[in-house]
Amino acid sequence: MALFDVSGYKSHSELRGQIIGTGVGHFIDRPNQQFSVPVGVDPSGFLKSCSREGGVSIDLNHGTTTLAFTFRHGVIVAVDSRASAGSYIASKEANKVIEINPYLLGTMSGSAADCQYWERLLAKECRLYKLRNKQRISVSAASKLLCNMMLGYRGMGLSMGSMIVGWDNKGPGLYYVDDNATRLSGRMFSTGCGSSYAYGVIDSGYREDMTVEEAYELGRRGITHATHRDAYSGGVVNLYHMQEDGWIKVCKEDVSELIHRYRKGMF
Amino acid sequence: MEYLIGIQGQDFVLVAADNIAANSIIQMKQDQDKMFKLSDKILLLCVGEAGDTVQFAEYIQKNIQLYKMRNGYELSPKAAANFTRKNLADYLRSRTPYHVNLLLAGFDETDGPGLYYMDHLSALAKAPFAAHGYGAYLTLSILDRYYRPGGIPRSPSRLFTIPLFYCPPSPLSRFILNLPSFTVRLIDTEGIHDLEKLMPVGAKLLAPAPSS
Repeated sequence: MALFDVSGYKSHSELRGQIIGTGVGHFIDRPNQQFSVPVGVDPSGFLKSCSREGGVSIDLNHGTTTLAFTFRHGVIVAVDSRASAGSYIASKEANKVIEINPYLLGTMSGSAADCQYWERLLAKECRLYKLRNKQRISVSAASKLLCNMMLGYRGMGLSMGSMIVGWDNKGPGLYYVDDNATRLSGRMFSTGCGSSYAYGVIDSGYREDMTVEEAYELGRRGITHATHRDAYSGGVVNLYHMQEDGWIKVCKEDVSELIHRYRKGMF
Repeated sequence: MEYLIGIQGQDFVLVAADNIAANSIIQMKQDQDKMFKLSDKILLLCVGEAGDTVQFAEYIQKNIQLYKMRNGYELSPKAAANFTRKNLADYLRSRTPYHVNLLLAGFDETDGPGLYYMDHLSALAKAPFAAHGYGAYLTLSILDRYYRPGGIPRSPSRLFTIPLFYCPPSPLSRFILNLPSFTVRLIDTEGIHDLEKLMPVGAKLLAPAPSS
């Protein structure tokens, strides 16, 4: 750095730019299209003015419970299916898991639009990675891509809490990524407004050496008990199991039926 | 909620950080490593706003490594601290400032051990001991009471940290939040050494990490 500046040495790219002209240089790996936003626009300020206090009410879809945990035989992913817009249930059977490829899943919580858009963009980037490198992308790299997308729009009001689940050369992988670009690898996460209820159930019932059936039951229990207490979660439990040779969709069960089945032990 | 501490010894620097990654009231991860290795003898400890910490620390880490690749020699801890402060200061009055609090600990062949305190307003101070977080309110006075100029000698250093974290009533047991474990590292002329994780009496870890 010091010698560079003192000697007045011009790097190759600068010289190339002078000879060929700017604007021609293209970046092969530019992951996002940039949104053309007029100068002075403040998306997060605008969103605040749209909340109940500001007058016009645009409620984003926020209510959800999703959970995922790793255990001896892979990773279990369980999500609810209620999409709420304020106090209105917009959908009873929303799909909150995006199947990126046979070895990668992404869950969605927060703003439905943000999750769907950015995770589909992530799916496109994973596909491009595979085409360019002839090798499936690792879970760590996929989650880092999503995290960097969030960084590009920091402070602009994105709302997304997602878990990237997969199986790569290093074994089962579980990463939590959210809209302020937090990226954490771990063995158990839960997101959404019902997450605290789910944590209580899965923390107390978790054992690393569970059988597959016990793990399915724990995932179902976590979502069901969370939907019982949280008004913004409900619908059906969508349960996935990430195994070494890919994910399988285990079941799709209505929480009201599940809670009746569990009632005997509850009161 | 997060906690960092650094203590300069006669020929080493001792640093510790808590291991919790939290999201509002929930502990999302209990084994988060908040120390970033800038070079063989420099560590950057980073706490603050959610995405900013990792992003800023990795940015500094990669730039320090790039300097070494370009120039063939490493930045000294003092130079690295000033570089970090400059970057923080440049972003401070931009649209996206980094809200991070840092400790930079390093060992220089000529200057010896060094501990640098930096905060989110990009203040920089070289200090014999420093701490960040609510826990600092409880531990800085102990350091003021027992620290001697010239640094603490090596062998009691372990004993120095133990009262801070481990023996009840440890000062951090006064803190209303539970900080169950701390990563501890020591930097001396031979490089960075991992010391065993400190786990105060009575603290409980959920879903313990696999041994590695």
